[in-house]
Amino acid sequence: MTSTFLGLPKPVTYAPDGVGNLRGDESFPRAARSALKNSQLRRNVGIATATIREKRAAVVAEVDDWEQLRDAGAAIKADVMARLPELLEELEAAVTARGGVVHWARDATEANRIIVEIVRETGAREVVKVKSMVTQEIGLNEALEAAGIAPIETDLAELIVQLGHDKPSHILVPAIHRNRSEIREIFMREMPDVPADLTDDPRRLAMAARAHLRKKFLSAKVGISGANFAIAETGTLAVVESEGNGRMCLTLPDTLITVMGIEKLLPTWRDLEVFLQLLPRSSTGERMNPYTSMWTAVTPGDGPQAFHLLLLDNGRTAALSDEIGRAALHCIRCSACLNVCPIYERTGGNAYGSVYPGPIGAILSPQLTGMNGHRDPNSSLPFASTLCGACYSVCPVKIDIPSILVHLRARAVDHVRAQSTPSAELLSMKVVAWAMRSSRRFARAERLMRLGRLLGLRRGRITALPWPGSAWTTSRDLPIPPKETFREWWLRERGAPGSTEGDPHA
Amino acid sequence: MRIALFATCLGDAMFPDVSRATVAVLERLGHTVVFPAGQTCCGQMHVNTGYLDEAAPLVRHHVETFEDALETCEVVVAPSGSCVGSVRHQHAMVARSNGTPELAERAERVAARTYELSELLVDVLGVTDVGAYYPHRVTYHPTCHSLRMLHVGDKPLRLLRAVRGLDLIELPAADSCCGFGGTFSVKNPDVSTAMLADKMTNVVSTRAEVCTAGDSSCLMHIGGGLSRLRTGVRAVHLAEILAATEGDA
Repeated sequence: MTSTFLGLPKPVTYAPDGVGNLRGDESFPRAARSALKNSQLRRNVGIATATIREKRAAVVAEVDDWEQLRDAGAAIKADVMARLPELLEELEAAVTARGGVVHWARDATEANRIIVEIVRETGAREVVKVKSMVTQEIGLNEALEAAGIAPIETDLAELIVQLGHDKPSHILVPAIHRNRSEIREIFMREMPDVPADLTDDPRRLAMAARAHLRKKFLSAKVGISGANFAIAETGTLAVVESEGNGRMCLTLPDTLITVMGIEKLLPTWRDLEVFLQLLPRSSTGERMNPYTSMWTAVTPGDGPQAFHLLLLDNGRTAALSDEIGRAALHCIRCSACLNVCPIYERTGGNAYGSVYPGPIGAILSPQLTGMNGHRDPNSSLPFASTLCGACYSVCPVKIDIPSILVHLRARAVDHVRAQSTPSAELLSMKVVAWAMRSSRRFARAERLMRLGRLLGLRRGRITALPWPGSAWTTSRDLPIPPKETFREWWLRERGAPGSTEGDPHA
Repeated sequence: MRIALFATCLGDAMFPDVSRATVAVLERLGHTVVFPAGQTCCGQMHVNTGYLDEAAPLVRHHVETFEDALETCEVVVAPSGSCVGSVRHQHAMVARSNGTPELAERAERVAARTYELSELLVDVLGVTDVGAYYPHRVTYHPTCHSLRMLHVGDKPLRLLRAVRGLDLIELPAADSCCGFGGTFSVKNPDVSTAMLADKMTNVVSTRAEVCTAGDSSCLMHIGGGLSRLRTGVRAVHLAEILAATEGDA
């Protein structure tokens, strides 16, 4: 027998620990418990998500071919994932041909090092930033600060979060957990040139931020952005935004650095047509976003004269290697799934521990970082859902989030299986499954359950159970088991002889 | 029509009245109901908690039991949106991930003939008025899996509107999950309870006497909260309302 040595399969590389913001300090149930106690946060997030949900539903209903657009979006993204290596090289060639420099970063550490070096070479001490999820993912601001460079967030909500020494809690509206009086307090405390008579009138707040930022735009030598889309065919990058701060950052500085996850690609210019319809309606509930900026590396005499594109992996290849989980990479960061999620609505985004919260975060973060056993906070994220399916029904690229959650739960359980001592949950799941494999054993188990009637003797219902049942009875009663199961009633009333007929395992 | 009843494990063990009501409605409409005694559980809890290996034999057991039943019956019915959802959307997946594609195909054939109660009544049997009488103020919670997995739409509401004496009150934020989610309710008890609290607020705001739904598990959750808070509102399965007649009143 002959054999060909194909080399060892490469182990998947996850986003590294200790850098960036993809993993919190505590499990979701614990973090959620603290978040739920903050009634101001619950009110802020509840009102904001309800408003944006309605707006989205109204503008989506206007589009006759919305379902076909979703199908097209899903198909284009599936195609990108299937041809990612060749498309990335096509993009690199196009950007280089137009005078840009392309950098490849395996992970957050490498990306931060490359960006800090580029900024250092320009001599700048300050950079202006367009709102970007990926730079938060890699913890770029922390890395720049450590190198003595001040990153200035120019998106209003990101500025609020940055000045509040806070963490963003939503992909699209990072300060969704703050109301305007809280915002006024942050500005009064942290903004050096703030007007002394600032009120919490939204217009006054916006004007204060505008005056503060305008000086930064005009003096900055370096701008840093993310990318909503990158066109492989032409090397064009695209950013969509609402405030015009992006346009400033992308055009005024001498040097522009764009950081993008490798999944942000679209094959051709034509494909943008689909996504520029899907994204604004799904995210802000607008027909079109106010500012769409597109640029292709360097245009001599116009805009930044030095352009760097950084292509980031940081666990994306690991996600891509999972046949079911890879659809999470189709995400265009619209955040429609957050706004309809009944869990997110109650806990807000910070409980998820990652910059990617909500349903998409629950499937993306654990895939980027890997799940390192049951103590890893990210192992709890796939369980942070009732599988109600609201996310799937609004996703503009039809990511079947509930199915991926179930798939990742199975992967989390695989870690539990690998432990030397089996968990109580694994054992009970095995026992229940064993009992359920035969109707005779199940009927016997039902008779045992009837002992539970004793627990409800006094009140006619069960109001307190020891752990782990207490997790239920702390807030909910349980009915007592009936005197007669349906199976017994059927046998008594209809009394078919050979009652286990049809049970191959009876 | 000859109909095989899948009572579901929870329904069999904890809510026998729901299955008895299902039998009563179908027999009243002139159909024959069979209870395949070998049945146990569809395995949904195992699948949704990530225990696919443990669920695989349950899927096989379910498929074999109801394959036999479908030799003599035309369809299978279950008074549960989520169990039918599991049969229809998960059984083949579990069989495939367990390396048994032939079982997956058999599971798909069983699933194609398995219906949730309101689907069976409205789509297959073509009835909305099942001759029920239920003189109560009722609000309806569309459970997530019947709404977004099975897409039952307004079928349960059409059945309820045809019930004589019944005063149907629309539930605010009806399509929002009640927070049950199977093991979610104990793995994330605080979030689950927060969701339940909002659901109960909405139920109570309708001033209904009864909150109904097509799934005993969601009703166990909502009913457990309503009972704890002594609201006086009862959780009653759709099948029980459809089975009620003047004789019961």
